[in-house]
Amino acid sequence: MLGLKTSATGAAAGLTGRRTPAQRVHHLLHHHPAISPAVILLLTCVVFTALNDRFASPAALSLLVQQTATVAALAIGQTLIILTAGIDLSVGAIAVLSSMLSAMLAVENGVPAPLALVIGIAAGLAAGGLNGLLVTRIGLPPFIVTLGTLSVFTAIVLLYTGGRSVPGRDLPDLLAWTGTTFAIGDFRLTTGVLLVAVMYAVVGYALSQTAWGRHVYAVGDDADAARLAGIRVNRVLLSVYAVAGLIYGLAAWVLIGRSGAASPNAIANANLESITAVVIGGTSLFGGRGGILGTLLGALIVQAFTVGLSLAGVDDQYRLLAVGVLVIAAVSVDQWIRRVRE
Amino acid sequence: MTESPRPILAGRGLVKMFGRVVGLDHVDIDVYAGEVLAIIGDNGAGKSTLVKCVTGALVPDAGTITFDGREVTFRRPQDSRAAGIETVYQTLAVAPALDVASNLYLGREERRRGILGTVFRMLDTQGMRTRAEAAVRDLGISTIQNMSQAVESLSGGQRQAVAVARAAAFGSRVVVLDEPTAALGVKESNQVLALIERLRDNGLAVVLISHNMPHVWQVADRIHVQRLARRAAVITPKSHTMSDGVAIMTGAL
Repeated sequence: MLGLKTSATGAAAGLTGRRTPAQRVHHLLHHHPAISPAVILLLTCVVFTALNDRFASPAALSLLVQQTATVAALAIGQTLIILTAGIDLSVGAIAVLSSMLSAMLAVENGVPAPLALVIGIAAGLAAGGLNGLLVTRIGLPPFIVTLGTLSVFTAIVLLYTGGRSVPGRDLPDLLAWTGTTFAIGDFRLTTGVLLVAVMYAVVGYALSQTAWGRHVYAVGDDADAARLAGIRVNRVLLSVYAVAGLIYGLAAWVLIGRSGAASPNAIANANLESITAVVIGGTSLFGGRGGILGTLLGALIVQAFTVGLSLAGVDDQYRLLAVGVLVIAAVSVDQWIRRVRE
Repeated sequence: MTESPRPILAGRGLVKMFGRVVGLDHVDIDVYAGEVLAIIGDNGAGKSTLVKCVTGALVPDAGTITFDGREVTFRRPQDSRAAGIETVYQTLAVAPALDVASNLYLGREERRRGILGTVFRMLDTQGMRTRAEAAVRDLGISTIQNMSQAVESLSGGQRQAVAVARAAAFGSRVVVLDEPTAALGVKESNQVLALIERLRDNGLAVVLISHNMPHVWQVADRIHVQRLARRAAVITPKSHTMSDGVAIMTGAL
C-alpha cells in the first residue's frame, strides 16, 4: 500500500547510502511488521465511526471484541505454523473435535466437567502433534498433511456425534464458563476474551523472548541454515504443531462459551478466517517474518469490517470484497518488505 | 608464520568410500594454529570429503583424527563444534530475517541470569547484542555497525563477514571456510580475505577451500593439493607458482 511504486528507486538509492522516504518506510515496516495492520485498523475505525457514530459506542466495540475472540485464538496457532513456512488447514476441524469431545464426554458419558475439558484440550494437543509427526517424520508438505487431517478429524467428529449438537442448557457450567460476561465501565467482556488475551501474552513472550521463539523464526526463514546452525529443526517443527493443537483446544473452550452450545458445524470458515487474520496481520506466508500482535490486529480488522458495514447498513457481501482486497494488499506489502537490497 | 610444532588438527590415513567410489584414499592432513591452510583440487578430488571427515559431517572408514594432540572421533558436526572447530558453509548458515546479533548467537542463545532465565527462559537480548558488537569489533569487521540490522539487508560480503564472525567468535580454534569468496565481487572478496588474515593473526587455524587460485596464493601459508582422492602435494605460495599448483592439481606435473 505504501510506496509500492517507489520501491525500485528506493533500492537504487540504497547503493549510494542515502535513504529515500520509501526506504525509511521499508526499514520501519521491516522492523515492526505490526505497523501496517495497526494503521489499517485505525483507519477502519475512523471511517466506520464517521459513517455511523454508534461504531465507537462501548456496546459495538464490546461486541467486536467478543466476536473476534475465537478466530483470534485460533489464529495464534495458525501464526506459529505459518512462521515456520507451513500452513494449517485443520484449524477448525481440530477445534470442533476438541469442543465436541469435551461436550459429549460431559453430557453423554457423565464424565466430570473438569476431566472432560482437559481431555478435550488434550485431544487438540494430540491432533496438532499428529500433524507435526506427519510433517517431520514422513516429510510431507504441511498443506497436504493438514488437508488430509482436516477430512479425517471432521469425519471422526461426525461419526462420533452423529452430526448432533449439544445444546447449551445441557452443558456443565465449566464448559460454558468462557461465555461469562463482566463489565468494565460501559464495556462488556467475557472470561473467554480474557483467556485469549492471556494466550496472546504467553505466546508473544515465548516468540520474542525465548530461544524457542528465535528458533521458530530461524526454521521458517531458512530451515537448512537453521540446521547448519545446530538447531534441531524437526524438534522445533513438532513443538510448533503440538503447541498450535493445544491452542486450538483452548480456543474450542472459548468457542463453546461464545456460541453457548457445542456444534459440529461451528466455525465452518475457521481455516480461511484464521489465515486471513494472519496474512492481514503482516506475517509472511513464506515464513520467518511476522508475529502475533499483527495477527490480533488482523483478526480485529476483519471483524471491524463485519460490525462496521452492518452498522453502516451496507450489504454484507461488501465485507467479503473488502477482506479480499486487504489480503491481496497485505501480501503485496509483504513481497515489498521481503525484497532484498540488490 | 607462527607455526607450532604440533598441529591443532590432524588426520592420518583417512579413507572414505562411497559404495565403490573412493572418496579419500589414505589422506593425511595437518592444520596448524596461526596459519591459513588452503585446500585446492579439481571437482571430485576429495576436498569437501576431506573437510567433512575432519569436522564430523562424515565419519571416515579408516584413519585417525587428532585434535590438540588427542585422538578424537567426531560422529556429528556438533561434536567437532563442541571441540572448537567451526565451519562456514558455502550456503551461508544465516537466517536472513533475523538481526546480526541473533544470527551470531543462533543455536547457542544465552539466557538471563536468575529466575527470569531459569523459569521464564528469557533471553539476554541486550547482553548478546553487546557481546556480538564486541566480537565483531575484535575481528576488525568495520562494515557491520548495527547489531540489530536484519541480515538480509546486508550485502553478500557483509553476510559472509557475519558467518565468519559467527564461526570465529565463540572461542573456536579452527575455522573452516568453504568457498567464501565464490559469490563475491572484487572489493568484497578482498574484505573477506583481509578478515581471514585477521583470524590467522589472532592465532586461529583457518582451513580455506577455494577454486580461486589468486585468492589462495594471496592468503594461504600452505596449500594442500588434492588429486584423485589423494594428497598430491603440500606446497607454499613461495615455493610454487600458481601454474605449478594447477599443474599438480591436474596431474600435469
